[in-house]
Amino acid sequence: MKIKGTQLFVKALIEEGVDTLFAYPGGMAIDLFDALYGETSFNVVLPRHEQGLVHAADGYARATGKTGVCLVTSGPGATNLVTGIATANYDSVPLVCFTGQVPTSLIGNDAFQEVDIVGICRNICKYAVTVRRREDLGRIIKEAFYIARTGKPGPVLVDFPKDIQLALGSDEYPKEISIRGYKPSTGVHMGQLKKAADMLANAKRPLFLVGGGVNISRGGEAMTALAEQLQVPVVTTIMGKGALPTDHPLYIGSMGMHGNVASNTAVSECDLLFSIGTRFNDRITGKISEFAKGAKIVHIDIDAASISRNIVVDVPIVADAKEAIEKFSEIASAPKHMGDWLERLQKLKEEKPIRMPEGGELSPQDIICAVNECFPEAIVTTDVGQNQMWTTQFLQLRGKSKLLTSGGLGTMGYGLPAAIGAKLGRPEMPVISISGDGGFQMNEQELATAVCQELPIVIIILNNSYLGNVRQWQEMFFGGRYSCTCLRKRKSCETWCSDPNAACPPYIPDFLKLAESYGIEGIRVTKREEIKGALERAKAKKNAPILIECIIEREANILPIVPGGNPLSEMVCEFKKEDK
Amino acid sequence: MQTEAKKRWISLYVENDVGVLAKISGLFSGKSYNLQSLTVGETEDPTVSRMTISLTGDDKTFEQIKKQLNRSVEVIKVLDFTELPIHKKEILFIKLRSLKKDELEDVFRSASVFGINVSDYDKASVILESIKTESENDDVLRYYKKNFLSRMEAVRGGAVAIESVSRSDR
Repeated sequence: MKIKGTQLFVKALIEEGVDTLFAYPGGMAIDLFDALYGETSFNVVLPRHEQGLVHAADGYARATGKTGVCLVTSGPGATNLVTGIATANYDSVPLVCFTGQVPTSLIGNDAFQEVDIVGICRNICKYAVTVRRREDLGRIIKEAFYIARTGKPGPVLVDFPKDIQLALGSDEYPKEISIRGYKPSTGVHMGQLKKAADMLANAKRPLFLVGGGVNISRGGEAMTALAEQLQVPVVTTIMGKGALPTDHPLYIGSMGMHGNVASNTAVSECDLLFSIGTRFNDRITGKISEFAKGAKIVHIDIDAASISRNIVVDVPIVADAKEAIEKFSEIASAPKHMGDWLERLQKLKEEKPIRMPEGGELSPQDIICAVNECFPEAIVTTDVGQNQMWTTQFLQLRGKSKLLTSGGLGTMGYGLPAAIGAKLGRPEMPVISISGDGGFQMNEQELATAVCQELPIVIIILNNSYLGNVRQWQEMFFGGRYSCTCLRKRKSCETWCSDPNAACPPYIPDFLKLAESYGIEGIRVTKREEIKGALERAKAKKNAPILIECIIEREANILPIVPGGNPLSEMVCEFKKEDK
Repeated sequence: MQTEAKKRWISLYVENDVGVLAKISGLFSGKSYNLQSLTVGETEDPTVSRMTISLTGDDKTFEQIKKQLNRSVEVIKVLDFTELPIHKKEILFIKLRSLKKDELEDVFRSASVFGINVSDYDKASVILESIKTESENDDVLRYYKKNFLSRMEAVRGGAVAIESVSRSDR
């Protein structure tokens, strides 16, 4: 039977098992939306901006492990996806993004709402392709889903011209495909694993470094079992956090620029760094020549290009993290000469915990710890900046809990839409979005989506009226010159201001009034005694979001910090503002 | 691992599709890899194109480049020609103008010595066609630049390469 391209599109989504489509209409997608009208096989979600849309699909994918699917129109609809596609690409999130396109006969004519979105996205996605012939449509969609979810997952863009949408063609959606240029690696090189096992058995100070790859491959339980079997301590990157329950005795902490003293010390002093699913980016390594200097390094990663790129490794193993962990546990034996290495790290972890200065009315630590108490299991999303670092430092992850955060690209505005996507994918889990007041405003329009989809997500804004992370760097490394980081600053303010003071203009917007305008409850918390009450109210919500604005100390800092370019062993644990 | 930069050769089998050349060249520019020459053309299979790429880089960068090429969906196969016996040739055209009679004669003579073809000429102009290795073409070009720089045009095609059958490096 001959069907239109739009009909094959709908059929393909059904055959791929898609249950949620994040979609925003427009001129070059209107035929696709017509085909979706009345479709009951999956939920079509209408966000308020395409950037919010793609972050929501990303949050859905991270929360469920399934592929997030986006549909937008050509031109601005497509370009608004760009930041979200790059975000997903850096954190290996499977997405398939369909963009409408002008008819093939008009491509290249600077037609209305025409952009070369494949050209724009080529270097920020796993694969991008324009459908140029109706007979290729089924194969291309099948390939897109296959490429997005296999190997190192990532976003795939399918550009879908209007004439191909309308053209009649076969109704067949392929069952099998084979792509000659794409063969994700499978299996594990046992010889290399045995070599790694020998090194581990003889190591005196071995350490597991667990990255996001372990979470992506759903290898957390296998990792926990392996660490327990061998009694080897574990540190994680931010993206690896949660692979081991954070209260596990073998978990030393999250390392890197804002890691705890014990985990950065562990990396600096270990003699075998057994790393899984991390690409050793600069926020992880600090000064690269000093990174794990005395250690032999084993590196397991699905992506051959991630191995020996930033640091030279002794035993490279290209494999899926979970599969490698399971195979490794069959042949590995516990290190024989560990001495008091583990106890030393555990003691250091206890003696030098991350702790914010006491005093003040309400600290980010108070807030995140209250979240830990009120929501023992939850999916937590963050924005980027101080809110992200405090959340990573203090959030407990147990059981089915997950932290969704833009670790690679560092995208402000990610938190709220990602929480929406996560809740749509995992309605049974509490979902909490933690943002700063800056990042929240980058996608605050998505409040409407949360309301319309009747999602009881908990939206926490840490309001210090600053773009806090950059302000902190300006305070620590730029002599307190607060250049364009104060969100209260107005034209009438003193031009060069470097202090919050009583004369600061009021903050805009008033987040409670904003919440009210969306018809949802807003609570402002200014004292630590109030936070739990607010969270308890949030728990009671069944089909509407709640916004909790927490007024935190304006110049609170994230500590410890490894200043950029320093080795991990040189952490700044205390900082006092100089008197002027 | 060698840390010093040396000349490398890669032969790539890629999908013969719109945008694949942009993908490959964009990968080099986006990651700041230095690319010296890139040629591309259809193979015996019209769905496959083959690229010959030359670049100068150290071992670590070169390994990374090969891995990055390999992970591109559009790339079917990456062959490292650096240490293999291969045949490689480049085409070079040189057009010389406003030649006096004795100069014209000199050009014919030198062309014959270099073993390159005169593919077109008239009373005062000549087009030379040289199919040689890149470094031999460098020599040819250097010679004519010395004498005719203000009256010449040169265009180089970039090298194409293929594995030897007799294992002798040409």
